[in-house]
Order: sequence, then C-alpha cells, then structure tokens
Amino acid sequence: MTKEFTTGAFHGLPIALGYLSVSFGFGIKAVQSGLSPFSATVISALNLTSAGQAAGVDIIAAGGTLIEMILVQLTINIRYSLMAISLSQRLDKRFTTPHRMAASYGITDEIFAVCSARQSLLTPAYMYGMIFAAFLGWVSGTALGAAAGELLPASVSSAMGIVLYGMFLAIIIPPAKKSASVLLVTAAAAGLSVLFRYVITAVSSGFAIIISAVIAAAVGALLFPIKEDE
Amino acid sequence: MRTAAYIAVMALVTYLIRMIPFTFFNKKIKSPFFRSFLYYIPYAVLSAMTIPAIFYSTGSIITAVVGTCAAFVLSYFGMPLIAVALAASGAAYIAGLFLA
Repeated sequence: MTKEFTTGAFHGLPIALGYLSVSFGFGIKAVQSGLSPFSATVISALNLTSAGQAAGVDIIAAGGTLIEMILVQLTINIRYSLMAISLSQRLDKRFTTPHRMAASYGITDEIFAVCSARQSLLTPAYMYGMIFAAFLGWVSGTALGAAAGELLPASVSSAMGIVLYGMFLAIIIPPAKKSASVLLVTAAAAGLSVLFRYVITAVSSGFAIIISAVIAAAVGALLFPIKEDE
Repeated sequence: MRTAAYIAVMALVTYLIRMIPFTFFNKKIKSPFFRSFLYYIPYAVLSAMTIPAIFYSTGSIITAVVGTCAAFVLSYFGMPLIAVALAASGAAYIAGLFLA
C-alpha cells in the first residue's frame, strides 16, 4: 500500500513540477481578473484542471451566468469523461466504488497519460500518490502566483499572462502537425472564435468558445471519422 | 458570495464529469461519430480558447505576438509543455523590455 503510494508520487513528480509553473501563471491571471488569492487557490484545489479554470475565471470576470459556467465546464472538460472511461477498464480489484469516487477527482490530461502508460493494473494507492504530487504542485503554484502577482513588477506579471496559452499551443500544435484533420478542426475552431470576437460580438466569450468548438469538432467527426485505435 | 456560487458550480460540474464515468462506466463507446467528436473536441476547445485571446494576454499586442511566435516554433519542434509555456512568457517579457 505505502510502496504503491510512493511509486505513484514519484511518477507524479514531473507532473508536479510542470503544474507548479503553469499554475503560477493561472494564479496571476486569476488575480488580474479580479479574484482574491484565496479564491484562486480554492479554485485550483477543487478543480485541478488548467483550461476549465482559465475559462471559468473569464466567466467570473465577465459576470457570466451560471448556466454559461456549467456549459463551458462541460464542453471543456468532457474529455475527462473519455479518459475516465478508458482508465475504468484498467483498474485493480482493490478499486471499490468509494475509491473510484475519490480518485476520479484527479483525472487530468497528464495523470491520464502517465496512468495509461503503466503496465500493471492501477491501484487506488498508486493513483492517490500521483494525484497528491500533482495537487501539491498545482495548488502551491496557484497560491504563489496569486500572491506574487501583487509583488512582482508589472513587466513580469503581465508577461506571465501568456503562460497557460503557451501550454495550450504546445498541446494543439504537435498533433495538428501530424494530422491534417486535427489541423483543419483547430483552424476552424480558431476561425470561428475570431469571428465571434470581432463580428458576432453579441455572443458572450464562454458561449463563443462552446459554439466554435462544437461546430469544428462535429464537422471534423463527420468529414474525418477517426479509425478505431486512435 | 456571487464568486462562491461560481466556484461551487465550476467544481461540482468538473467533479461529476470525471466521477460518473470513472465510477459507473464499464462499456466502450461504439458510435464512430461520437468517438470522433470526443477525439476532436479537446483540440477544438483549446484552439478556440487560445485564438484570439492569446494576443490580449500580456496587455500589449506586440509582446503577445512575440510570445505566441516563440510558443508556436517550440511546440512545432515538439518541446515539452512546460518549456513552451515558459518560453512564451520569457519571449513576451524580453519584447516588453525593448518596448519600454
């Protein structure tokens, strides 16, 4: 039990270090959007996700509706459902329902990636260890960024505003380079998003993201259905 | 108080999205359309979130464009997420020094 936890935490170490710097950027962004450092830290502790939190803070700053918040989180985070389904096929029998309910909290892109690469069946302790490491990095980074956002010179904190977007580009570009269909879907989503920003300005930013992404992904799924093992 | 409501809703939705399939799902999704849609949706969401918002993320379009170019080039060559994220910020910061 203890050994599995330590192994998980050790495998989670690179994730924790990555999260530390990215969440530092989130902390700064959240404070710049008018949230308190405490709220920013609570958001990170409860959500453990980058894109959803960034969009959530945008909605809070813009005074959006709660329905908008629900739909945006659903759209952005629905990929976790797919990852959860995938991981659910590879769980050790020690994964009882309460353990599943607890460990599901920590399904992120990176934790999913590392857990998927593990040869043996996943135990609760292994996942808890990894989630624990990732959680420490993500939450402490947010708290530091939110607090230091007020201490750092404006030149540094404004430059940190781009950190999360840089990470998003790093997620999109390699697959778009390899696959013409991903390239087309991302270009379509970006084009629609630009259209909403400058032309159809009556639509709020949260809904603009949902509509752009759903149209682009649906068109992609119709025109270029993926093969079974992708 | 209003902020607390936003935070509670955000956290609850995010948790349920992960918890329900992880706890209760045992079957595989068969529909090729739905599987393809789920495959594309993360990329589409990130793309729509990033463009054009990235150009307004540093308070100066010029420094943001410099940061975006740095991120674009490094991710094109497959650098790790964290390296790309920090390089984007570093490039924007350096560009800001030249503007000041």
